[in-house]
Amino acid sequence: MKVGVVDYDAGNLKSVQTALAYLGVDQVVSADPEELLAADRLVFPGVGDASAAMGVLRSRGLDSVIREFVSRGDPVLGICLGSQIVLERSEEGNVDCLGIVPGVSVRFPKKPGLKVPHMGWNQVHYRTGHPLFRGIPQGTSFYFVHSYYTQPSRADLVLCESEYGEKFCCGLLAGNLAATQFHPEKSGEFGLKLLSNFLYWDPERN
Amino acid sequence: MLEKRVVICLDVRDGKTTKGIKFQGNVDIGDPVEMARLYYEQGVDELVFYDITASSEQRGIFIDVVERVASQIFVPFCVGGGIGSVEDMRAVLLAGAEKVSVNSQAVLNPGIIDAGAASFGAQCIVLGMDAARDPAMKSGYRVVINGGRTPTDKDALEWALEAERRGAGEIVLNSIDADGTQDGYEITLTRMISEAVGVPVVASGGAGKPEHLAEVLGAGKADAALVASMVHYGSYSVADIKQHLHAARLPVRLRYRPE
Repeated sequence: MKVGVVDYDAGNLKSVQTALAYLGVDQVVSADPEELLAADRLVFPGVGDASAAMGVLRSRGLDSVIREFVSRGDPVLGICLGSQIVLERSEEGNVDCLGIVPGVSVRFPKKPGLKVPHMGWNQVHYRTGHPLFRGIPQGTSFYFVHSYYTQPSRADLVLCESEYGEKFCCGLLAGNLAATQFHPEKSGEFGLKLLSNFLYWDPERN
Repeated sequence: MLEKRVVICLDVRDGKTTKGIKFQGNVDIGDPVEMARLYYEQGVDELVFYDITASSEQRGIFIDVVERVASQIFVPFCVGGGIGSVEDMRAVLLAGAEKVSVNSQAVLNPGIIDAGAASFGAQCIVLGMDAARDPAMKSGYRVVINGGRTPTDKDALEWALEAERRGAGEIVLNSIDADGTQDGYEITLTRMISEAVGVPVVASGGAGKPEHLAEVLGAGKADAALVASMVHYGSYSVADIKQHLHAARLPVRLRYRPE
């Protein structure tokens, strides 16, 4: 099994790469559509600006790689910015995104005492029994760094939630596509567990 | 609920963790990669590595430490010391750090904050600030640089707000008066800055026992607390500190590995 990691100049590739290497995964980190399409699973990480990221994805033809993975049914994991750009649109730069999952990315509201970016470890509650969270207790904390969050248009697209000022969606699930706002690659042993669960995930069964 | 973070700081010189002791200079206290791994296994939330030599010959040794840390620990870490340009930032971020911190260099050249935030995003750019009590300043605190040796004309509160405007995504606030005393953090300073800015504040300087962290994370309104000596010399483990914070009803990440 080979995991493709999408390289689109959106930072933080290194930590995803080292975490996958630590798990002993055969991986290809690439910006080349053909190399990525030869993989069996796809991870697209990312930190930074949604509109810049969309620009790079389109110019390298990587948007169609992600779509192709989704349509052929192979497991796909988006991380952080990667979870925002699968939606239709982002408020950040008001940019059209991939539109694979219905919904938008919105900014945390300005509220007294609510610091933005939302940075640090926060407790995550997930859809009970989902295999991506196998071995991870409800309410385990994962590491977040973000100012925008995903707002899918239907409740059945929510994989997990966290709370910052109010409840927010911190993970999406649409068939063979899963995406987390938090960084499993920086969330200690439970983060590694989630990544390892992704490697065994069979979306057809769950 | 967002957890309060316990952050461990390691000063690195010639590839070794070092600690400044009054009148004795610096003594080596261990291998930074091994220490980082140990703290990771104890459930530390975040680490900070300062290159305290930051000479060009030794920069390579330090970058190598950063790379080795990144391959073995899977919690965020920040790197500071010797960061004077966007290229310096890029080098440590590419080596695997999540964040990069600027201190004296940002006072001398504030535009480095803007440039760093524009290149890598505000979440990567940390302002390190040393503040000393000074009744002559409007907020009561003056920014000092070069490890506290050189006073500047900047007011601590104004500088924190300016750095935030310029794109700093976090502030590590070190009290020069409390630093090294192990008598507790500077609560007044920490609370003033933390309430004024819209980005997270990491309190630094003065930690000697877990009660001090509870005080600065509670009354001091800090988002995170930085410790060094109290864990480096084995007086307290990360778990000791977190158990205390938990008992003090502060939200902390207690569960950090599968059973």
